[in-house]
Amino acid sequence: MDDGGPKGEVRLVAHLSRSESAGRMGRRAVLRQGAALASGLVLAPVSVSGARAAASATSSPPADPEWSQEIGAGVVDRPYGKPSHFVKDVIRRNVPWLTATPQSSVSFTPLQHQGGIITTNGLFFERYHSGRISVDPAQHRLMIHGLVERPLLLTMEDLQRFPSVSRIHFIECPANGGMEWRAAQLNSLQFTHGMISCAEWTGVKLSTLLEEVGVKKNARWVLAEGADGAHMDRSLPLEKCLDDCIVAWGQNGEALRPEQGFPVRLIVPGWQGNVNIKWLRRLELGTQPWFTREETSKYTELMPDGKARAFTWLIYAKSVITFPCPEMPMKGPGLYEIRGFAWSGKGRITHVDVSTDGGVNWKRARLQEPVLPKAMTRFTFEWRWDGKPALLQSRAVDETGFVQPTIAELRQVRGVNGIYNNNSIQTWQVKADGSVFDVQLA
Amino acid sequence: MSNSPKRWTIAIAPALAFLCGFPFADGRAAEAAKPSPAAQSFGMSKAAQLAKIAPAVKVDNSKVDYFGYGTTPTKAQIAGWAIDVLPNGRGLPPGSGTVSHGADVFSTNCAACHGTFGEGEDRYPKLAGTSRLTVNQPSKTVGNYWPYATTLWDYINRAMPFPSPHSLQPDDVYAITAYILNLNNIVPDSFVANSRTLPKVKMPNRNGFILVDPRPDTSNRECMSQCIKLADVKITSTAEGKQLTPKTTGPLDTMQPK
Repeated sequence: MDDGGPKGEVRLVAHLSRSESAGRMGRRAVLRQGAALASGLVLAPVSVSGARAAASATSSPPADPEWSQEIGAGVVDRPYGKPSHFVKDVIRRNVPWLTATPQSSVSFTPLQHQGGIITTNGLFFERYHSGRISVDPAQHRLMIHGLVERPLLLTMEDLQRFPSVSRIHFIECPANGGMEWRAAQLNSLQFTHGMISCAEWTGVKLSTLLEEVGVKKNARWVLAEGADGAHMDRSLPLEKCLDDCIVAWGQNGEALRPEQGFPVRLIVPGWQGNVNIKWLRRLELGTQPWFTREETSKYTELMPDGKARAFTWLIYAKSVITFPCPEMPMKGPGLYEIRGFAWSGKGRITHVDVSTDGGVNWKRARLQEPVLPKAMTRFTFEWRWDGKPALLQSRAVDETGFVQPTIAELRQVRGVNGIYNNNSIQTWQVKADGSVFDVQLA
Repeated sequence: MSNSPKRWTIAIAPALAFLCGFPFADGRAAEAAKPSPAAQSFGMSKAAQLAKIAPAVKVDNSKVDYFGYGTTPTKAQIAGWAIDVLPNGRGLPPGSGTVSHGADVFSTNCAACHGTFGEGEDRYPKLAGTSRLTVNQPSKTVGNYWPYATTLWDYINRAMPFPSPHSLQPDDVYAITAYILNLNNIVPDSFVANSRTLPKVKMPNRNGFILVDPRPDTSNRECMSQCIKLADVKITSTAEGKQLTPKTTGPLDTMQPK
């Protein structure tokens, strides 16, 4: 596999050494080695850490780093770009013991490494019900039928001719935090909160398509169905479909990734992830919901009295501190910027408060623009850490005035069998040594 | 799904919809829904709940200038893809299956993951069981949780068997459905599943669902200072020391809990 790493650089050097610069490079290498020896440095044996130490010794001021003394790779060396090979740990990860198979499973976005509100396409969390399929866009069709005046069959080319919009929205699986209902279990931001990502989606508004086919008066519901092996399907109220849903083919300026339903998916802003049907192949209008497996057996929330809540699509306001977190500990007392994300399926985040004492006192965090409805919103908070143990929390409030609840409050109302829609305040315990742990408070 | 039956036609569905407020297209499905489709499917309280979460929408159909992209799907194209089944049975194809045939088909196609008697292998879903839903971590099965037998047919037909979806014929799907219902003591050994019998199966948890989202169900306040007593701040649980968290650096971790 060509990861564009050291091997690629060796090739570049080899190529250059055949060129006119070979003699110059050779002299430089000798000079560098001589300088290192002269300054009393001993070259480390060949090892990763040794190489790093040597690189840092020769690349800090006043030295001119090695990479400044070479010509870099040319354009289209990588026709499709990728992260630096030094960025190795920033990947989607899974919890192997969570599901029976990787084809019906979930992977988590490394939020501890996400600086802004956009999740890069390669790190957008995955959730499949029957695996990631490979769909030929030339063969793919979207059918709209049922209680409509003019049933319609569209190719991707047809679909992309309609007027389009681009909107930034998060998608969150309602099972995000589901493993934390009973207790603090996973010591990781990526695994407690990584089933959320945020992207700019481009496509045609579903309302545009519904105007085109003509909705019959008695229609109330829309069944959205995927082309995957599970023909994943959910019933959605027509009202929501006419409001702000998007039939999307674009993700952050490029084609949807296969993981996100290439060539086309439904975007249902602010509603739980699984209704944003991927590999969208069919929309049927009807008078009632279909009570599919995914809205009866799954994605329903069992309450302590044995009754289950269905159709709890909305994502209520939630937030989490992404620095510090278990993966990103503190490095000694001093002034820090606490960072995090907040989001609400009901609209804009109006503010986020931060507590460093387990919820006794709160202070307002700074929201970073843009603050968009049904999108991830970034917040920051300056904090001088005195090196003593602390309990960090963030609390989001959205434009409806809804205040993010504590886990204790949620448990009191919903018990612990619900699995879904855990939007509780996260507590990070900071120990005196700077290490950070996932904890829950009374 | 070339063997999928034609379920409704564009031509007559709107007329029927206008007459009875329900999009039935053929006699079989309409029969299943007499006398009042909404009442039979959900009862009035459910209908009222559904009206609340999916209200009538004023649709402006005054548009006359269409983009005109795409084509009109043929009846056969719609029939081939419209595999959905409603609780009243609309969408169920001709065919039938017995419990005993279901045991055979299940053994061949399903038991490797779900267990011979629906007990569930490894982490695959358990299908049979009647534990109360109020206990801690109950197994949610077809018997104690699923509200409609029609959903079972739909899901098997739609998504199963997991490694080779859409490989079963309607008769086999009916048979597996009958077998799973029988495993859960919902139907007798003599039960024959078909488009008339499945909508009539009374599932134990039929009325176990709240359809209108009761949230917000919490009332946290925007208190800023001395919101709780410092002495009351106690850690009740920690992830520290639990061997549940995969590594978040280096290669993907294949760990299992100890």
